[in-house]
Amino acid sequence: MAEGAPMAEGAPMVERPISIVVEVNGLRRREHVMPRLLLSDFLRHRLGLTGTHVGCEHGVCGACTVRVDGIPARACLMFAVQTDGCAIETVEGLAGTGELTPLQRALHEAHGLQCGFCTPGILIAAGDLLERRPGADRAEIEALLSGHVCRCTGYRPIVDAIERVARDAAGHTARGDHADDADDADANGDPGGPGDPGDPGEAA
Amino acid sequence: MTDQAVATRGWIGRALPRFEDEALLRGRGRFIDDLEPVPGAHHAAIVRSPHAHARIRHLDVSAAEAADGVTGVLTGADVQAMSRPFAAAAPSPVPYYAAAVDTVRHVGEPVAVVVARDRYLAEDAAARVRVDYDPLAPVLDARAAVHDSDALVSERSFHYGDPEAAFAHADVIVGGRFDFPAWTGLPLEGYGVVADWDPGAGTLTAWCNFQGPFTLHGVAAAALGLPGTRLRVITPEHSGGSFGIKSGVFVYVALIGLASRKLGVPVRWTEDRLEHLAASQTSTGRCAEIEGAFAADGELLGVRIDAIDDVGAYLRAPEPASMYRMHGALTGAYRVRNLALRARVVLTNRCPSALNRGFGGPQHYLPLEGMMALGARRLRIDPLRLAELNLVRRFPYETPSGGLYASGDFAGCLREARELSGYEARREERRRARRAGRLYGIGVACVVEPSISNMGYVTLVEEEASRGNALPKSGNAEGATVTINPAGGIGVRVSTTPQGQGHGTVVAQVVADALGVDPSQVAVRADADTSFSPWTVASGNYSSRFSGVGVGAALRATEQVAGKLRAIAGHVLGADADEIELRDGVAHLRGSGDGAETTVSLRRLAGMAHWNPEGLPEGLEPGLAATAYYAAPELAPPVDDRISASTENGFVVDIAVVEVDRATGRLAVIDYVSVHDAGRLLNPLLAEGQVIGGFAHGFGAVTREAHAHGADGELLTDTLKDYLCPTPADLPAVRTAHRETPSPLTPLGAKGLGEGTTMSVPAAIHNAVMDALHRDAPIALPLTPARLWELIDA
Repeated sequence: MAEGAPMAEGAPMVERPISIVVEVNGLRRREHVMPRLLLSDFLRHRLGLTGTHVGCEHGVCGACTVRVDGIPARACLMFAVQTDGCAIETVEGLAGTGELTPLQRALHEAHGLQCGFCTPGILIAAGDLLERRPGADRAEIEALLSGHVCRCTGYRPIVDAIERVARDAAGHTARGDHADDADDADANGDPGGPGDPGDPGEAA
Repeated sequence: MTDQAVATRGWIGRALPRFEDEALLRGRGRFIDDLEPVPGAHHAAIVRSPHAHARIRHLDVSAAEAADGVTGVLTGADVQAMSRPFAAAAPSPVPYYAAAVDTVRHVGEPVAVVVARDRYLAEDAAARVRVDYDPLAPVLDARAAVHDSDALVSERSFHYGDPEAAFAHADVIVGGRFDFPAWTGLPLEGYGVVADWDPGAGTLTAWCNFQGPFTLHGVAAAALGLPGTRLRVITPEHSGGSFGIKSGVFVYVALIGLASRKLGVPVRWTEDRLEHLAASQTSTGRCAEIEGAFAADGELLGVRIDAIDDVGAYLRAPEPASMYRMHGALTGAYRVRNLALRARVVLTNRCPSALNRGFGGPQHYLPLEGMMALGARRLRIDPLRLAELNLVRRFPYETPSGGLYASGDFAGCLREARELSGYEARREERRRARRAGRLYGIGVACVVEPSISNMGYVTLVEEEASRGNALPKSGNAEGATVTINPAGGIGVRVSTTPQGQGHGTVVAQVVADALGVDPSQVAVRADADTSFSPWTVASGNYSSRFSGVGVGAALRATEQVAGKLRAIAGHVLGADADEIELRDGVAHLRGSGDGAETTVSLRRLAGMAHWNPEGLPEGLEPGLAATAYYAAPELAPPVDDRISASTENGFVVDIAVVEVDRATGRLAVIDYVSVHDAGRLLNPLLAEGQVIGGFAHGFGAVTREAHAHGADGELLTDTLKDYLCPTPADLPAVRTAHRETPSPLTPLGAKGLGEGTTMSVPAAIHNAVMDALHRDAPIALPLTPARLWELIDA
């Protein structure tokens, strides 16, 4: 709807590229960007990191959530120039070239994703929560996910998956009320647990 | 996730987590906006109407054309000159072009397309397009629109049995007005198109996150003035949800295709959320009046329905199909034989409607089940008991309107739901709560869930006499290709275009069983390429058709390849083909040990088929591939206005227990039970995902989601801050159970299940709220706290 057009009519905007240095998933990048280039567009179309999805461009849906200097941010509400000198983590950096993280595995086992469009933002945000609050409870997880629109799953398997990782991280071994999905996973020979609790920071 | 447990038989029916997940979890999805299928595509921004209804007095694109980086502009006049109106299933009083020509008819209607070097410049230039509008009065009330010949699309009446006599002999007649506003499944990924017009060949290639090709490929091609052979539609591997809403992408295949054709460059467009909410697609709004005639003992004697569908500003194919999708199941779960339906379809100044999860089902069951609830109240019979009294009990059952319920156990589902919910204890709890002055209610919905729609049902919109002019339409075929390459790799192509439903995993399970391999060895592509994929005019993801016909086609093709493998193995092992069993990646001579003389690996068989055609048994062609098509049986074009509108009919019984807070009007769902019979479950994990996901859509629709307009037609729900989707804390825990009465009509006994809870939940929760508030009349949706608060003690 051309809502993004920032300029007053008839007044051509003077834009000059600005040089920024960012560290994205551990790799240092120097880029020249226009001041109005959104962080989401920078990541997706300049760096080719298309795992960060754009679902609303007004900060509600959470699909574009990344971490900037360790803090979750909506990449659609930031300009790339604002991240000059910052470290950015996107979904591509979670497992890198290695094994899936416990949270990724838990989502897989619980059928916590269908179309997968909201998944990257949820992985980043939930990973951040588990890093700050390793034993986060269901209410905290639900509150976190209220900032992430998922239209496929009805959320329950996502909450179950995050809660399972939180419990494992908190050292609980007993299964609670929401172990149904885990049992389903067991039934087909898949490993029932998300693996070693490990350092929850690995998930982020 | 390729390290699944050792291969064993019987993958069908297992709760296997999906093979699709790993790429998505790593951010390696391949969605439309991620792709650069052609080099150098230019970017489009669409100028859209801010008005619901206005005449375009003047359109000036000169400043936009002169702006930095602009390639050019496509206007409504260009669209009119270069294309034809979109066809739909009925003639429309208003021609539908991909952009407005001289009148805009809904907020967000495209007026011009500005194409530039990048999206930022395109949006800059779009802001320089000047449009002078003369606003006109919008039509937003479907009930008023029926009196306007320019708005009335169709009107038909149907009679089955003797409804007049049923009502004349009734002891009790109940009814009311049940309106279902337009809402949306709201896929998180919006529409996207990359269009590349080839002027030399005169062909358009469109990469787009469409959910078919099905009939809409032909509609888009015809609008572009192209034979179907010259429109190639390619869908990406991943699509970020649809729920029917992305069927509307075909309109933008035409619009962006025309921009590419006019400007001579490939053009890409990715819809933003504001565009999506205003102008993509919604469910069909329904205004329904219903009456039920009951005998004093509770027998439902007759039903009369007067339904008006609001399809928005233009008749968008496959509309007016929403009115007829449920036609075979109009009497729902009940034995009643006397039925009258008056079906009218109107245009208003809202966003065009078409497919949305449930497609006509939520709109039908809100009144039908609401009528049952009102009947129970008047008759002083418990609603679950009233349903039970009237349930269809003998199968196969033919409905008065021509539907075939081939198998089922409706009464068993109802019993299971009663037990699971602890129904008697809930009723006791309600008595106690009410004594304490609390607003506590119980609601029931019994829903027949049609799946695998019959292409012919939409022709019901025409009188029988005029239907004869067109070729008959029926059935619902799907195609699949199975290939084993020289290295032994197994590849399957289906054209079922999923948006997250896990078709790839289920196909892999089915193929794995048929070939005796591990499903992780089966690579599946379910995206479509209309030039190279096996597809039919029915192919696509709608009407919960995958588990029946998508799987059916994959199974048929696999069986052909398996037959050839057995023939080669028999030749090698000196046995007949039917003595060969495929298991664990090896062909075994049945009844013998596992020695070298009695087995041969699939890989070796594949190698022979490719490397040594001379060594194959007499008459066998080289290679290992088969394409097969499958159409579900028992579907025919309509006769005497009776039609089996869908192949299969699953069943859902829901029991909702709610409480409305007296002080605030807030609705709390205390318990929700949903019992399903979708035949054989091919993958229970994915089935549960569909049920819970469908629940969230139904819950959103009944509690908060609706497209709202101001009196001047302004769209009030144009951002995600205004159009509210349920969050996890809003959604109650649903307790589910599945019964499995196999379908006799699908190859593996499955029935569709993707839409049932979206159909049942609005009715069950609405009925529970009527009960909580002691209402004997329907309540307008959505059931927001403000609306309920006003009704408390009213």
